[in-house]
Amino acid sequence: MSDTFHLDGAEVPFESGQTVMQAALAAGHYIPHLCYHPEFKPHGSCKLCTVKVNGRTTASCTMPAEAGLEIESETEELNALRRTLVQMLFAEGNHFCPSCEKSGNCMLQALGYDLEVHTAGFRHLYPDRPVDASHPDILLDFNRCILCELCVRASSEVDGKNVFGLAGRGITKHLIVNAESGQLADTDIALADKAMQVCPVGVILPKRVGFSIPIGSRRYDERPISAQALDDAPRQSAASGGCTACEE
Amino acid sequence: MTDTINNLETAAHPENLRRVAIDPVSRVEGHGKVTLLLDENDRVHQVRLHIVEFRGFEKFIQGRPFWEAPVMVQRLCGICPVSHHLAASKAMDMIVGATLTPTAEKVRRLMHFGQMFQSHALHFFHLCSPDLLFGFGSDVAKRNIVGVAAAYPDIAKQGVLLRKYGQEVIRITAGKRVHGTGSIPGGVNKNVSIEERDYLLKDIGQMIEWSRDAVGMIRKLFEQNLDEFNAFGRFRSHTLNLVRADGAMDLYHGGLRARDMDGNTLFDHYDYSHYWDVIFEDVKPWSYMKFPFLRSLGTETGWYRVGPLSRVTQCDFIPTPLANQARMAFMAFAGGSVAGATLGFHWARMIEMLHAAEMIQELLLDPDLQGTDLVHTGERQERGVGVIEAPRGTLIHHYKVDEHDQITRCNLIVSTTHNNQAMNEAIRQVARQYIDGKKLTEGLLNHIEVAIRAFDPCLSCATHALGKMPLEVELLDVSGNRVDVLSRSSDGAFCSPD
Ligand code: SF4
Ligand code: FES
Repeated sequence: MSDTFHLDGAEVPFESGQTVMQAALAAGHYIPHLCYHPEFKPHGSCKLCTVKVNGRTTASCTMPAEAGLEIESETEELNALRRTLVQMLFAEGNHFCPSCEKSGNCMLQALGYDLEVHTAGFRHLYPDRPVDASHPDILLDFNRCILCELCVRASSEVDGKNVFGLAGRGITKHLIVNAESGQLADTDIALADKAMQVCPVGVILPKRVGFSIPIGSRRYDERPISAQALDDAPRQSAASGGCTACEE
Repeated sequence: MTDTINNLETAAHPENLRRVAIDPVSRVEGHGKVTLLLDENDRVHQVRLHIVEFRGFEKFIQGRPFWEAPVMVQRLCGICPVSHHLAASKAMDMIVGATLTPTAEKVRRLMHFGQMFQSHALHFFHLCSPDLLFGFGSDVAKRNIVGVAAAYPDIAKQGVLLRKYGQEVIRITAGKRVHGTGSIPGGVNKNVSIEERDYLLKDIGQMIEWSRDAVGMIRKLFEQNLDEFNAFGRFRSHTLNLVRADGAMDLYHGGLRARDMDGNTLFDHYDYSHYWDVIFEDVKPWSYMKFPFLRSLGTETGWYRVGPLSRVTQCDFIPTPLANQARMAFMAFAGGSVAGATLGFHWARMIEMLHAAEMIQELLLDPDLQGTDLVHTGERQERGVGVIEAPRGTLIHHYKVDEHDQITRCNLIVSTTHNNQAMNEAIRQVARQYIDGKKLTEGLLNHIEVAIRAFDPCLSCATHALGKMPLEVELLDVSGNRVDVLSRSSDGAFCSPD
């Protein structure tokens, strides 16, 4: 028998070592998130997953699950906070959904819809971020980077290549390519790399794919991100109690 | 006096004149402004159509990956985004070295006819029918679509449903009613399913019938007001449009045909991928919009007009039976005189709407729409030119793409830009006919707008071209007379007075 905590009044079982996010998703409870990815160690940077634990706000993707915790997530107060975070991410980069090829497959956009973000909220900063099109098969469009570091983690932890990194601090923080020239063409990244598959937004793109998936067949056309995330999450298996459902 | 009145582009002595601005021109997409300079006897000395909006698209697209262009360009225009979507796609077909599969070409044509259909319906019923049904100088409170709905409920309702049908064709082929993604370099991203086809087939008979009625309605209006309609803003001009290899009207693809005002052919079936050898763009300091002209005739006299009137009158025939019949009746009407009238645009536009409806039906019955071979690519090219007949006329998209797949250069010539000089010509004519020497009223000024609206200009996408927007600040005295003016021309220089 595993221990349990309460999430929005529901009893959620967990295994020792699980975070609140992992246990919640595994039990079929969605908590909004962006920088969390089931296959990577939690990073805790986007704060979309903020919940209230015994009255204090904290990131649920890094918070270890403990028996008896009283956790709130689906509240108007927390969702208002999340909406503001999404608005800030939109304002900070150059996100033009109608002409972005990631539209319909983008987590940021899907979260915006799911959280009902209807207004800009902030003045857009319109940063000047040229694309890196140097690689013959891969395009980097820095305009849309939300600094989640998933590509950094995937490239070093899975691909063993260390193609990406973050540099700068605060508002000047930005994604860099680890090559002397700073150009993607001068790295050993390949289309099959894990780093190609993890970007939640439209930064790391295989070239010449563009809009080949029609509207209606894209990932978030059919199901909202809240439903999709539950499908993607590793679930408890009755037989082994272990993780069985990683997508790859 | 007569000299200045003859050439209304630039007044000889603007400093002593009264300035009247129609700002912005209503029921036209985007922001246009007309300025008139009048003397104390209300004689007109200068008439200009200005475009006052800037979108900077050609700069914006530089550095972007080429496959993004067909979707990105739709942001140029809220009213005919599909035309830009398709013109850019055609340019990108060249970039990727594609020969379209039958399915891809037919789905795109269907999308295009959906666009043509909805745009023409919108223009005629929503934007122009108030002028035509109530009179150009009629009560301004009634002269709008709400007034039409009250006085002619059936016509207003048909207008709404015709447009909606066209939008449904777009939604099914492009994925969305606005800013779809259906057309991609080398083809399309979806076909048309049997269910989608049947859904559209259900109402097409009604659409064809109502389009016929619309042609009948504009004919009747001409019969009732022949002299006025025929003379209104009338001017002679050369023409430009695409035609099919056999001379038929083809709104999606063909070669360029230019004829002079006497009907002599200047070039025909011209391969548009070298359009710059026959068309050149001039810049004038007082306007933000460029002035294209036919190279062989020169800047002064080489301007021309594009759009429904040119297409209907200059093609050899229309390849669908009802529209072709309607074309023949139009060409024969009143001894052929309407074919050269500014308001003939409306009639021609309705003939094209009928043609679009017939083509939609023909395409829907074609099994190629259900094909699954959607995209083709061949040898990469660095230059791509796409030309299409958009609802308002010939639309040119031209791109250069480097070896990294980034767009390095973009030039667009939109229909409204082709018609720039022609529209100026039409409003000067109207100013001579209706305004010169008369006390100005709203009704009289609306005559100017009626002439502009005949062209169905889309000013918002016509102003993408240059780097700086011309601005004008004017100082008026208590009675509205201009005391001083400070203007910034399109080259950025300030001058006073203009
Ligand atoms: S490129 Fe994508 S995956 Fe990498 S940090 Fe930016 S948003 Fe995250
Ligand atoms: S998902 Fe927890 S901080 Fe980003």
